[in-house]
Amino acid sequence: MSLASLEGVEVRYPGRGPALGPFSLRVEAGEIVALVGPSGCGKSTALRLLAGLESPTSGQVARTPGRGETSVVFQAPTLAPWLSARANVALPLELAGVKGRAARSQADAALARVGLSGAERARPAQLSGGMAMRVSLARALVTEPRLLLLDEPFAALDEITRRALADDVLKLWADLQPAIVFVTHNVEEAVYMATRVVVMTPGPGRTAGEAAVSGAIPRPAGFRTTASFRATVERVSELLAGAVAG
Amino acid sequence: MRWVQRLAPLALTALLLAAWEIACRATQVPAYFLPPPSAVASALAANLPVLAAAAWRTLTVAFAALVIASLIAQAIAILIGLNPLLERAVRPLASVLQVTPVVAIAPLVLIWAGIDHPERAIVALAVLVAFFPIFSGAVTGLHAADPDLERLFDLYGASRWERILRLRLPSAVPFLLEGHKVGAGLAIIGAVVAEFGAGSGGVRGLAWQILDAGNKLQTDRMIAALTVLGVMGVAFHAALDTLERAGLRWWRGR
Repeated sequence: MSLASLEGVEVRYPGRGPALGPFSLRVEAGEIVALVGPSGCGKSTALRLLAGLESPTSGQVARTPGRGETSVVFQAPTLAPWLSARANVALPLELAGVKGRAARSQADAALARVGLSGAERARPAQLSGGMAMRVSLARALVTEPRLLLLDEPFAALDEITRRALADDVLKLWADLQPAIVFVTHNVEEAVYMATRVVVMTPGPGRTAGEAAVSGAIPRPAGFRTTASFRATVERVSELLAGAVAG
Repeated sequence: MRWVQRLAPLALTALLLAAWEIACRATQVPAYFLPPPSAVASALAANLPVLAAAAWRTLTVAFAALVIASLIAQAIAILIGLNPLLERAVRPLASVLQVTPVVAIAPLVLIWAGIDHPERAIVALAVLVAFFPIFSGAVTGLHAADPDLERLFDLYGASRWERILRLRLPSAVPFLLEGHKVGAGLAIIGAVVAEFGAGSGGVRGLAWQILDAGNKLQTDRMIAALTVLGVMGVAFHAALDTLERAGLRWWRGR
């Protein structure tokens, strides 16, 4: 049985017409799925459905992860400005009933995992965009989720930071093996990070096609220059172009 | 350049005072009608201890009113934050309170407080005017949390109280600071207006000093009391502004 699935879901917002679907997606334990599609195709809506933050107008959503086993990272770091990095990361633990000291030490461990040892006391305003995003990632990982949902997490960052963070996410995946579903506009990023790329049509989004990505994770150096990477990027780009052209 | 900019308002004040002094001497206008600034200055010097004590009385009333208004406004804002239906019910009533001039309700509140306790009436009236900006800031602030943080709290299965205490109240801090700044300024105005409403002999704050000097045609003392009121207002506002900025710096973390 899959970890989470959408079966023929449709989402319509009152007064705005259909936003998604009918759309189906099965997420298996431990896989990394990239959702790629034009703006407004409902990628983020699909992610919120998988998170259980929203209900579809019609269709079925099935989720096996329980409370606290799903984490979401948004496009912005979405940190509480009045809390330190440590307190931000400890928040989901504390809301799940983990007591102060244990929550803090787990938070420090999660910050260390994303390379932010020493920044525990810093406030979000004192961190760079990339560091704030890492704190956000640490907060998502601290509960050791089975399903990690990333909604264009690196869209606001520069290219070098993006690439570093992509490698960090893959390293973290290798440690904890959560299923990851992430949304992106960037075809190369999708192919680099995912084991499977799902291409969506313009809104209301349906599946336009899929591509499996082979290769070890974390990606070996020079992965972007391999023939199979280039071929997959080409194939996904064609699917996307075909989807947009209708 | 900076000190020129700082000196400019002082220079203008000095110029206006000089013009006032010269005009008074040249036209020989009677002192009970318009005393020259020099007469106001000597009245200020002669009455300074009395005026300072009166200012202190008005200030403590305003401060007590601010504290009470703050507690009530935030408690109600949190209650209606827990229950949207309650918010719909309370909002129009709060607006009625806002648009009703404090002078118009002063006589009623004075009756309720009892003839022997005008100071209670004055505090109550100052509370009424300080209430609205704090309440309105709290209500706006409680709705101002980052929607994605709200989603995360959904995801983490936070209870309603956890959401209020750990997300909405902290998110509301900038709005609360602003509301308290405005509310504090209004509390002073409310205290002064309420003293006027209470009339002479009630509470001997600054407004009473102004009324008393007016009744005795001591126009120089009247203007001296007004000057103290103005200085007190400016100092109070500056202090609150500093507090607000310090609070915001702490909240933002820089």
